[in-house]
Amino acid sequence: MTHRSHYGLALLFSLLLSSFSAVATIEAYHFDDPGQEALYKELIAELRCLVCQNQNLSDSNAELALDLRRQTYEMAKAGKSREEILSYMVQRYGDFVLYRPPLQQSTLLLWSGPFIILVIAITTLVILIRRRKHEPQPLPQEADLKRARQLLQREKR
Amino acid sequence: MVPEFGQMALVIALVLSLIQASLPLAGTYKGVAVWIDLARPIARTQTLFMVLAFAALTYSFLVHDFSVRYVASNSNTALPTIYLVSGVWGAHEGSLLLWALTLSIWTTAVTLFSRSVPRETVAQVVAVMGMVSVGFLLFMILTSNPFDRLPNPPLEGRDLNPLLQDPGLAIHPPMLYMGYVGFSVAFAFAIAAMLGGRMDAAWARWSRPWTNIAWVFLTLGIVLGSWWAYYELGWGGWWFWDPVENASFLPWLVGTALIHSLAVTEKRGAFKAWTVLLAIFAFSLSLLGTFLVRSGVLTSVHAFATDPERGIFILIFLCVVIGGSLLLYSWRASQIRSTVTFDLVSRESGLLMNNVVLVVTTASILLGTLYPLILDALGVGKISVGPPYFNAVFVPLTIPLAVMLGVGASLRWKRDDAGRVLSHLKWPLVLSLVGGVLFPLLLLPSFSWGAALGMVLFFWITLTTLLWLKQRGGAQGLRHGLVATGRGGWGMVVGHLGVAVFIVGITLTSIYSTEKDVRLAPGEQYTLGGYDFLFKGVRRFNGPNFTASGGVVEVSFEGKKITTLFPEKRDYRSGMPMTEAGIDAGITRDLFVALGEELDDSGAWSLRLYHKPFIRWIWLGGLMMALGGLLAASDRRYFRFQGGDVGGGG
Repeated sequence: MTHRSHYGLALLFSLLLSSFSAVATIEAYHFDDPGQEALYKELIAELRCLVCQNQNLSDSNAELALDLRRQTYEMAKAGKSREEILSYMVQRYGDFVLYRPPLQQSTLLLWSGPFIILVIAITTLVILIRRRKHEPQPLPQEADLKRARQLLQREKR
Repeated sequence: MVPEFGQMALVIALVLSLIQASLPLAGTYKGVAVWIDLARPIARTQTLFMVLAFAALTYSFLVHDFSVRYVASNSNTALPTIYLVSGVWGAHEGSLLLWALTLSIWTTAVTLFSRSVPRETVAQVVAVMGMVSVGFLLFMILTSNPFDRLPNPPLEGRDLNPLLQDPGLAIHPPMLYMGYVGFSVAFAFAIAAMLGGRMDAAWARWSRPWTNIAWVFLTLGIVLGSWWAYYELGWGGWWFWDPVENASFLPWLVGTALIHSLAVTEKRGAFKAWTVLLAIFAFSLSLLGTFLVRSGVLTSVHAFATDPERGIFILIFLCVVIGGSLLLYSWRASQIRSTVTFDLVSRESGLLMNNVVLVVTTASILLGTLYPLILDALGVGKISVGPPYFNAVFVPLTIPLAVMLGVGASLRWKRDDAGRVLSHLKWPLVLSLVGGVLFPLLLLPSFSWGAALGMVLFFWITLTTLLWLKQRGGAQGLRHGLVATGRGGWGMVVGHLGVAVFIVGITLTSIYSTEKDVRLAPGEQYTLGGYDFLFKGVRRFNGPNFTASGGVVEVSFEGKKITTLFPEKRDYRSGMPMTEAGIDAGITRDLFVALGEELDDSGAWSLRLYHKPFIRWIWLGGLMMALGGLLAASDRRYFRFQGGDVGGGG
């Protein structure tokens, strides 16, 4: 699947979606238990196709994705839980396979970042507005007054 | 010969933009009127040469001049003419050329529609845009020349990436570029204001329509790209939070903050420094997006390190533009502080809150986009940050934004009373809570709190917006409000209703979509979302540069035939397979069929079926937002050149 890795470089303008391959490889997997089917669908949407530039298992036609979908299907059908399947995948392929990065030391900043940014931003905002409110208002400039007079006159006419 | 002409035109354009970037600016400092007045003609001449260069490359595509490396790599004789033309921006070099051309066109537009602007300001704006031109032209000529010749021209060229052989994607890039590059006008006005030390409401009024138009183009570009992904990729998805998608979404978010903050600067003279900062960020993020997509850093941090020429150039360019403008900002910011005051409860505060949430959202998405790159570069490990992360961040931030949107317009400038606002909005609040809960209970297949929340927000935005319009009409009510409101007010109404429609689309599509992968032999059918999909078989045929298998699927609802869908699977000459989904579009639902593989000799195929409620509302909402921006930009007051400073509209 080497051609896939070239799109990202080759196409500035496909700013959207340059990384997708566009052929549907569709398996008609059959489930007896709808819970297992839901789990399967959820997992192939959240697991990454490792050899693709940026695709989940569900959207990829790479052989590895095919293989991993089959494994996910078999494990889901065998009644394995979400955690069991995920830890099996991580053991073999590392955290890279997860589109939902696990909370750990190296991702602490990633998960807490948005919250920290929000708190800082709102605090700054409130402080600024309060401070501004107490500042003395500057006297109107002569030019402003003149303009105001003109406007008033125009209004009268 | 023609490619050499194009090459020469590029070099001349570079020389002209060097002059454009320096002389007019020097003129404003030395007070040389001739230099100042040079800004307009020189920018126009530069554009002329860019058009020539672009025409030369287009011509080379049309006559199949495969001695040009870029033409040979991205087209062949079997390609339909429309894709020969769109092939010009089908890859790296040509898309840079389109970028630079777009920049020239924007600059020329500024020279044409700026009669009311003092000529010193025009000179400064044109000079700043000239500097950006210099950067892009140097980049092209030094690292990515579209006119490079091949020593041994092939008889036949390669194929244009089949993904791009689609009318939607042919016009997607020019739209997106108009948006990206359009923010350079707001940027240039901001830099000019800092250089000249003039920061008044007039400055905001000049840059406002430009910013709105750029934002409209960017919105359209993103909507178009999302729609294209939906029907072309065959996965029924419309947004994947891919870094390349984020690259266009980040400037859009900051641009949205910018158009709101410009409104405050124009009307109230507040937020001056903040508006300047947003203008710098909007354009910087456009450049950063280019860096992310162009440098190869997304494919792999290591690929970037081994072939760094292009990446390093963009990185330096980025540092110069962002670093330079922030330096200028830190030097000038104290002089442009606004002296206007307002209360914690006021329309100013509301809009500032909107800005804060948008900027926090931008920062968070930027963090998620860059985080895996940084970890990888530091050697800490490889992780993936995908839709689960971005949704977890984006959705909770968007909900307060939507709530505030309803409150914001009803707030009074400068000082308002929380009690008054609450009693004013009491009815919309009650009605939207009731309507939002009843809607999924009564009209949707199953109740879900997520859907209820989405519908509450929809009713809330719609009702508060209508209430605002009614208020504009004064005693005569809603109907008079429709007339009394200027285009600016109309823009706000349509844009905000667009947000409401967009929220419905996202909520209902993500909660109620159903999909199924099935094996169907001819004559077999499957029922999804109440619709019966009857598979009639597959026929094979040839296109201009591909062979295809076309499926025939008859869809009926309660025994009545509704439509026949023709999903296709194409094999392009380049060896790449593509799917063309069969889609029946509707206001309340889309039916979508993608053709998979032939499973055995019996003629059975695997098919993917989707039932997607309200998905059109996502793009409809985007289009309404774009229309709103267009209406606001066309407000009468921007075209009133002399006097008459009393602005109308919202």
